[in-house]
Amino acid sequence: MNELEERALLEKTWANESGPFAWFRQVDHRSIGRRFLFTAFVWFACGGVLAALMRIQLARPNNAFLSADRYDQIFTLHGITMMFLFGVPVMEALAVYVLPLMLGTRALAFPRANAYAYYLFLFAGIMVYTALLLGMAPDTGWFSYVPLASPMFGPGKRVDIWAELVNFTEISALVVAIEVVVTILKQRAPGMSIHRMPLYVWSMLVTAMMILFAMPSVMVASNFIGLDRLVGTHLFNPAEGGDVLLWQHLFWFFGHPEVYIIFIPGLGIVSSITAVFCRRPVFGYTAMVLSLVATAFMGFGLWVHHMFATGLPQSGESFFTAASMMIAIPSGVQIFCWIATIWLGRPSYRPPFLFVLGFLAIFVIGGLTGVMVASVPLDLQLHDTFFVVAHFHYVLIGGAVFPLLGGIFYWFPKMTGRLMNERLGHLSFWLTFVGFNLTFFPMHKLGLAGMPRRVYTYLPETGWTTLNVLSTIGAGILSLGMLVYFGNALWSMRRGRAAGSNPWDADTLEWSTSSPPPVYNFQHLPVVTSREPLWHEPDQAPIVTGLAPDKREVLITRVLDAAPDHRYTYPHPTVWPFASAVITGMMLVAGLFTPWAFAIGMALLAIFLTGWFWPSNPKKEGDA
Amino acid sequence: MTFFAHLAFVHQSALDPAGEHARAIARLWDVFLGITTVIYVLVMIALVVGLLRKREGDASRNPRSTYVIVSIAGGLTVVILFGLLIASIFTGRAIAERPKNAIGITLRGKQWWWQVEYEAAHPSNRILSANELTIPVGVPVTLHLHSSDVIHSFWVPGLHGKRDLIPGHDGSITLLAEKPGVYRGQCAEFCGVQHAKMALWVNAVSPSDYARWADAERTPARAPQTEAEIAGQQVFLRAPCPLCHAIRGTDASGSTAPDLTHLATRRSLGAGALPNTREALGGWIVDAQRAKPGCQMPSINLRPDELSALVDYLGSLR
Repeated sequence: MNELEERALLEKTWANESGPFAWFRQVDHRSIGRRFLFTAFVWFACGGVLAALMRIQLARPNNAFLSADRYDQIFTLHGITMMFLFGVPVMEALAVYVLPLMLGTRALAFPRANAYAYYLFLFAGIMVYTALLLGMAPDTGWFSYVPLASPMFGPGKRVDIWAELVNFTEISALVVAIEVVVTILKQRAPGMSIHRMPLYVWSMLVTAMMILFAMPSVMVASNFIGLDRLVGTHLFNPAEGGDVLLWQHLFWFFGHPEVYIIFIPGLGIVSSITAVFCRRPVFGYTAMVLSLVATAFMGFGLWVHHMFATGLPQSGESFFTAASMMIAIPSGVQIFCWIATIWLGRPSYRPPFLFVLGFLAIFVIGGLTGVMVASVPLDLQLHDTFFVVAHFHYVLIGGAVFPLLGGIFYWFPKMTGRLMNERLGHLSFWLTFVGFNLTFFPMHKLGLAGMPRRVYTYLPETGWTTLNVLSTIGAGILSLGMLVYFGNALWSMRRGRAAGSNPWDADTLEWSTSSPPPVYNFQHLPVVTSREPLWHEPDQAPIVTGLAPDKREVLITRVLDAAPDHRYTYPHPTVWPFASAVITGMMLVAGLFTPWAFAIGMALLAIFLTGWFWPSNPKKEGDA
Repeated sequence: MTFFAHLAFVHQSALDPAGEHARAIARLWDVFLGITTVIYVLVMIALVVGLLRKREGDASRNPRSTYVIVSIAGGLTVVILFGLLIASIFTGRAIAERPKNAIGITLRGKQWWWQVEYEAAHPSNRILSANELTIPVGVPVTLHLHSSDVIHSFWVPGLHGKRDLIPGHDGSITLLAEKPGVYRGQCAEFCGVQHAKMALWVNAVSPSDYARWADAERTPARAPQTEAEIAGQQVFLRAPCPLCHAIRGTDASGSTAPDLTHLATRRSLGAGALPNTREALGGWIVDAQRAKPGCQMPSINLRPDELSALVDYLGSLR
């Protein structure tokens, strides 16, 4: 069989079906990854519009633009959107697309589960935005503290919608996390031993592991509140022996690692871009990896710093202050390593790298204000004020959104085959950078001047008007920057300059295949002999042979040394994941009204999952 | 819309401390701000120099000197953080001290107002008020914090940091005002639809003024004098008001809403929703939902003459 025949056969084996219902049957990581990314950015835009509405409301004291009730729904939904419907999913979505390519494999592990996770994520956003349009969106904050969220003080279905949204998005996040962990540990190209993994891969491995340990905590919390509200338990009712602080522990045991879950992938993106645009590997690979791993472990030991104002014993305060400050060490080490990389390398100021520089300028401020809020005495003044709003936007927009915008610019040609426009890229960078700082820097001062968070209005006598006006103007500039960026992306999708397989002369495996990649990713699976495979052996790179082109075979390698272990046949497109997601979604939505939804829904789901996992005739599989 | 225009200035800043604890925190803030600013400037200088410097040789080499510099920077990070940690712990211990001779006040957070009760050995010496504390300068005051609905957070930035009021977990916080003044604060934990309008004031006065104030506050309400005030009291007692409000010295003894015995001495209505003026009071009684949508105060239907008398009466409760 010659090259052309093999390619044609691979094409046939891995092809997505056509036909009216094919869209619902697709399971390949590129299609699902693109949809995942697109959907996450749609929710991001929705969350951004909500933020703009809040800034308009706060631009004047005693403003009547939004009612108190509307404002509460909006700030709650903004938080929910950015944390549950954008922050985590968008990073997972990027990984779903990029990881198999970067690892040199033909598919993401558990492709059907991946499709299932996507549909749940889609339904989650549709549910909660429908609730907003109906005026019944959650209004207790994304943290949904009890007793405000308890049946007595939070009547109606608003909090139930919050709880089901958490179930939707966390099932989705957990499923993708498992796929990511398995793909990274078992499907790396031969030779990509654990010490040759790109830093982006490390960051996603760390993130996915954190998701596996953090998300169950919030799912326990959301189901406890569901029980209190739907079944009449009193887990959080102090009058009946329940405890309201239990909620805060469960929530923040997830909620704090969540922050790292959102920006650690960003750190990985920064490493990828820094290496490519400084024309050298990132300085201090081992230190970078150890820092990521250390951050993940320490990230689980500081949730109580969200609860300093509840009153803690002195020893507890000192422990959690120390832990919260110490997590600045691994972040500091990574910053120093990137700066050393820039110092030693030959930087070229193209848009992805500009976003990385913006990340450095912003994220370091967020890290330093993080050291401030880690101190108990300072936190007693800063907690729940606009200072904290400024702090975490510096961390999350600086640490996740700027790297993500750089990353999308960077991987856009791989996904679409076309480059984004660089002049518009520069323009969007400067607009977002200036707009961001003008929006959020004044908020530090507002918090110190006594302005609490989550207030729908304030009095002119407080003297907060000027800073709020500045912030609102900044938000306008920031929105304009986002419009230019995404306008550029949409325009470039059709009209952009053709990219070729490796437009940035990058080092990792995804750039060795065509742009966009074929349905089978790689005709010949690469063999890796160094950390920067495309920089060291671009022409005579060794390849794997022996995978059957007429089956969806994937090479499974060993965890540490990535030595080939066995071949594994992946499943075909099917409608079962979509159907199962529909049943799961119906169960969760019906669960707003009756606990019986879960009994009936689980039974139905069992039937659907049986269909999903029904073994197919291996001979027929091979023929397909 | 210039509510509170009669107040020259609203003091609600953590950076302008007027209490012992807030001053200790502000000093710590200065230390943190100074050190982190220096760190930020140094890091940005390193970045900019790294971007602009002249290049020579192979970009992919890793000179030994870079390892040394990065290691020193990492080591310095550890040392500086350790120093900040020590400073933080010392300040934390200093502000956590609980003096024994403090005046005790029970503060209950409600949706969306503050119930203030000065503790006293004899019940007749109790002072019951709302949304305003009067404390003597230089004397420690310990607030015992309770909530029976949702979580609120006590925060008067000029005097101290926050302390949450958590149902089922009683807490306390000690204030020590160092100079006379009026210090505003507001609820800092999201507590529902009117979280934004849940303000309170601390009036720090000299110890002698405090004693005079406390004596006046303990006395029952002033009896109505004019014809209008007498009529107003009748309106108050006939209308639904006494179901929730109390006026000591009358039959009105409701306890779910603010005690109105000395209403006219207070600064605001509805915990910061409106200034305490005659017009605002009339509007508040007739339609509280307009100034504070969602609050527990219902709209009271009164004839204009009834309303006028009632406002006269309430306005006389000094």
